[in-house]
Amino acid sequence: MADDMLKSGNLPEHPERATLEGSNKFMGFWFFLGGETVLFASLFGTFLALRNSNAEGPAREDVFGLGLVFIMTIILLTSSLTSVYAMYHMRNHSFKKMQLWLGVTVALGLAFLGFEIYEFVHYVHDYEFGFRTSAFGSAFYTLVGFHGAHVAFGLLWFITLMIRNNKRGLNLYNAPKFYIASLYWHFIDVVWVFIFTVVYLMGMV
Amino acid sequence: MKGWMSRFKAVFALAVLALILSGCGEPFLSALQPRGDGAEQIFQLMVLSVVIMLFVFVVVMIIYVFVVIKFRRKKGQEDFIPKQTEGNHALETLWTVIPIILLLILAVPTVQYSFEFADVSPETTAEGDELDQIWIDVTGKQYWWHFEYQDLEVSTSQEIYIPTDRKVYLSMISDDVIHSFWVPSIQGKMDVNPTGNRNEMHLHAQEEGVYWGKCAELCGPSHSLMDFKVIAVSPGEFEQWVEEMQEVSEEDVPESETAQDGQELFADNCLACHAVGSSPNKVGPNLTSFADRVNLAGVFEMNEENLFEWIDTKGEDMKPGNLMVDAPYDLNEEEINNIIEYLMTLSPGEINPDSAENGVYQDSDLSGLFPEEEEEGEDSEEEEDGDSEDNGDEEEQESEEDSEEDSEENSDE
Amino acid sequence: MSTTANNKAGFGSALWDYLTTVDHKKIAILYLVAGMFFFILGGLQAMLIRIQLISPDNEFISAQFYNEVLTMHGTTMIFLAAMPLLFALMNAVLPLQIGARDVAFPFINALGFWLFFFGGIFLNVSWFTGGAPDVGWTAYAPLSLFSEGHGVDYYAIGLQISGIGTLIGGINFIVTVVNMRAPGMTYMRMPLFTWTAFIASVLILFAFPALTVGLFLLTFDRLFGAHFFNPDMGGNVIIWEHLFWIFGHPEVYILILPAFGVFSEVIPTFAKKRLFGYSSMVFATVLIAFLGFMVWAHHMFTVGLGPIANSIFAVATMAIAVPTGIKIFNWLFTLWGGSIRMTSPMVFALGFIPTFTIGGMTGVMLASSAADYQYHDSYFVVAHFHYVIVGGVVLGIFAGLIYWWPKMFGTMLNEKLNHWFFWLFFFGFHLTFFFQHFLGLMGMPRRYWKFLPDQGLDLFNLISTIGAFFMAIGTIVFLYNVVVTQMKNVKVGPDPWDARTLEWAIASPPPFYNFKQLPLVRGLDPLWIEKMENNGRMQPAEPLGDVHMPNNSFVPFVMSLGLFIAGFGVMYQGGMWILAGIGFAITAGSLLYRSIKDDLGYHIHKEDFDKEEGDGSNG
Repeated sequence: MADDMLKSGNLPEHPERATLEGSNKFMGFWFFLGGETVLFASLFGTFLALRNSNAEGPAREDVFGLGLVFIMTIILLTSSLTSVYAMYHMRNHSFKKMQLWLGVTVALGLAFLGFEIYEFVHYVHDYEFGFRTSAFGSAFYTLVGFHGAHVAFGLLWFITLMIRNNKRGLNLYNAPKFYIASLYWHFIDVVWVFIFTVVYLMGMV
Repeated sequence: MKGWMSRFKAVFALAVLALILSGCGEPFLSALQPRGDGAEQIFQLMVLSVVIMLFVFVVVMIIYVFVVIKFRRKKGQEDFIPKQTEGNHALETLWTVIPIILLLILAVPTVQYSFEFADVSPETTAEGDELDQIWIDVTGKQYWWHFEYQDLEVSTSQEIYIPTDRKVYLSMISDDVIHSFWVPSIQGKMDVNPTGNRNEMHLHAQEEGVYWGKCAELCGPSHSLMDFKVIAVSPGEFEQWVEEMQEVSEEDVPESETAQDGQELFADNCLACHAVGSSPNKVGPNLTSFADRVNLAGVFEMNEENLFEWIDTKGEDMKPGNLMVDAPYDLNEEEINNIIEYLMTLSPGEINPDSAENGVYQDSDLSGLFPEEEEEGEDSEEEEDGDSEDNGDEEEQESEEDSEEDSEENSDE
Repeated sequence: MSTTANNKAGFGSALWDYLTTVDHKKIAILYLVAGMFFFILGGLQAMLIRIQLISPDNEFISAQFYNEVLTMHGTTMIFLAAMPLLFALMNAVLPLQIGARDVAFPFINALGFWLFFFGGIFLNVSWFTGGAPDVGWTAYAPLSLFSEGHGVDYYAIGLQISGIGTLIGGINFIVTVVNMRAPGMTYMRMPLFTWTAFIASVLILFAFPALTVGLFLLTFDRLFGAHFFNPDMGGNVIIWEHLFWIFGHPEVYILILPAFGVFSEVIPTFAKKRLFGYSSMVFATVLIAFLGFMVWAHHMFTVGLGPIANSIFAVATMAIAVPTGIKIFNWLFTLWGGSIRMTSPMVFALGFIPTFTIGGMTGVMLASSAADYQYHDSYFVVAHFHYVIVGGVVLGIFAGLIYWWPKMFGTMLNEKLNHWFFWLFFFGFHLTFFFQHFLGLMGMPRRYWKFLPDQGLDLFNLISTIGAFFMAIGTIVFLYNVVVTQMKNVKVGPDPWDARTLEWAIASPPPFYNFKQLPLVRGLDPLWIEKMENNGRMQPAEPLGDVHMPNNSFVPFVMSLGLFIAGFGVMYQGGMWILAGIGFAITAGSLLYRSIKDDLGYHIHKEDFDKEEGDGSNG
């Protein structure tokens, strides 16, 4: 029976929730994301309280530019979409296509992360706006940095799953893993939408 | 079974004791013996809530005692199976609704007093004229307090003189960590936060006296030694005290020669941090009326021995963690004694803590302290955003009031 | 458990068993042992505090050390004693009460324990490396930034590690309750303890992340030069207070709700009556939890939030008294018409009712924002929260421990000693804390190293210290009882209390797979129903089949150890960064290992059940 879990092929309609373990994981992860929501809500609250507290350092309108951030938003939103494709193919039990779309997702995620690093470097070098510049700086880098760390973790997660399961294909044991990784990725995406709105858009207006 | 009975007795005895205890504590410190308007209002609120709560407690205890005695399993009842009651809607509604009513009774004065304590608008006379406001800037520091009387050019540390029968307004800020200003017998406490928002409150002493104030927010090792005094004197005496304080200058020369020597030493070694006479908030306490102080450093008996130890050891063991230990001075025994002699001459005039306890009452409307009353501004809302401290926190409302205060101050000059 | 395993190999394998266990019943014992250890530690710190305050102007311990002791007393008791002891009860009982063979995430469950444990140890290492945190368990900024040495760093990182453990532990219980209930165990048939543990877990999930963020900000400020709480650079110290209390107030309910749950099990059992107003009890629990999230600012009435905010939070806080009152009356009316047995868990429950009523009353008094200007940060508050936490949570924990001791260990604690324990502890408790109400109103602020002579505070402080000694003696009696009972090791049957819920339907202690066949639940108090309508045996809901069990794992231990090591590196920096590297590598490596290595568990085949000691564990 245990070995059945690792057999690919002949999967039920929702392989990610077909077993008790899978359904536990699925539900537990939703709750975990609830906790993560509070975590980011707290960070947003802190940022909102400190967004004008730039002391001697540069203020929001001095540093933020929408162009780059807009591209980043598009990239991350697209990656969310590609991960939806991946999950669609998982439900159709076509492992190869799922891997392909996950690969695209990872590539987009890497691009996003690259842009983010570039953005931070740009702020530090061109505006002397760093983590220690002011309370605003600390709040900005902490909020956006937490998100960036989540993105990085999500990428490592995807990559690990893809490599680990590349040869053996989809089964009841790893389907929930793929599924919650993609849930996590959607969550990161949603958080970014809020960051884009609260940090950048509201910073420009 | 006996144990149960005796415990109920104990509980009731304690409840009775509670009533007796309301006269407990020392009148200069206890919130149960209010000597100020704020403390008295809170005391009424306390009594109201205790009465409501005792009512609930008594109801609970009556049911409890009855149930525990009546329904204990008796011998021979081992096989008795009680009726398995699911609940009772009428009862459940009853004990939902009654508490709600009781809480509403408590909520009304709570909200009312919350707003009253936050109201720092001027007092008015019976005719509706606004009285002058005495505003005191309070600064909390590890582990002492500094007080500056706005517009009056008077500053003190550790002891704050206020007139009785008059509201005195405080605007409070901390120089380092969070402190909390509490004079239990006059008024409840208010936190003293570092920058950002100045908290405001008012004191209104009903009787003359020397009241103890405490720091109520953990602020470091000597948190428990950060006491201060509120010295409430009659309005006339207060007016006299202000005038006496205004005349003090650090150039005043004491009579005795050793004291003069002490003054020089004081100037060389101490004035970098301390001050005599009106001064802005400095590193160390203002010593203008030092010789009149009730206590040394807020808590120690005021005598030359303690003072010697303080100067000699820089208070290292007397107030652990105090910042004077970093003072660079190095004085020998004779020099310290000369400084002490000088310090003991620092008594600006006749009004001192004894004035609060000698039974003399001089009335005054304090108008002498605020000579040129500029014409009442028609537009009470002065639109001057002089205060650039925009912290983006929820206390903006208060700092706005504060900046109004500042601008009025400026126009006085 | 098997205390007779006394040969050395036996001890080694038992130790290894506990280090790698994923069995919720063994994790419960781990939580219990660790929690009791920290409870004693926190108790000793409390004794130091009371001895220092035995007389005015006392010089028993220094001001600095006093602040360290009071900080660690609070932090230890809340995070390292009360929480894990409640987790011990939840782990021991909750899966049994809902008829589950295991929790939803056995691995995560073990990981939660080891994170908590290493976080607690990390915090206490500070005693030996230059001083414990000295800023109160609330660690208000900017005092926490002013604090010299590494004490506060230990606080921030230690709580961070143990906080993650608590969080994932909470998620585990939520999913267990949602997904793992036995056939017929609907939500409205769940025992109240399961309900309250479930709701408390939801609170953990939504409250702890706020603390996580607060601790991160504090760590960044102290160790990495951020300026969240530095007013000179635009920081705002009030943010910490908000974050701390957004976590801190729900935390109070995280503690008290499971204690309510314990009493809601004990009282019906020993009154031989079903819980009065079951559905209103559930409703009240949910309502308390819900309101618990919107009252945090009542800890901040004196901060200067303004009269509008104060009034709103005052009224919201008062509202919590209503569902709490509902609970008190429901307990009273459960007793009404019952057949009350004065066993020791019942005596704890009966001691709890008036005590907690007093604590609730002072709570309403404190909710009155204007009057709070006098109570706030005075000994009145100290008295209040000890009435709810000791009078509620600690009495609840001990009632639960004594009640479920047979289920956890298969032995019965000596009833006579339990009664001695109760009376000493209870009497000492009231002696200690009742008079502190008055100390506060008489002008004694909390966290005072010294109080001065001639201020009318001497007598009550002395009485309070005497009371503390009674509590200490009571606790010693309990520990003695535990040792003696386990030495004698007299086994009892599956249902020594004649109880009502599912956990009493299986052997004491239960077999590692809990239920051979999942039971069929036919209503609230399922065992009671079978006792009344059948032969007192649960009906099975499934035919005998293979049972799937998880594998033991050493990974949780290693993963937590990694964070423990990394903590030192992050804190000391410089050359110690290497430790951070090693520690994080260990943790990340374990994570990777866990992710890559398939862990499918194993099956107990139905044929093998006969080899087990079949002692009527199931119907």
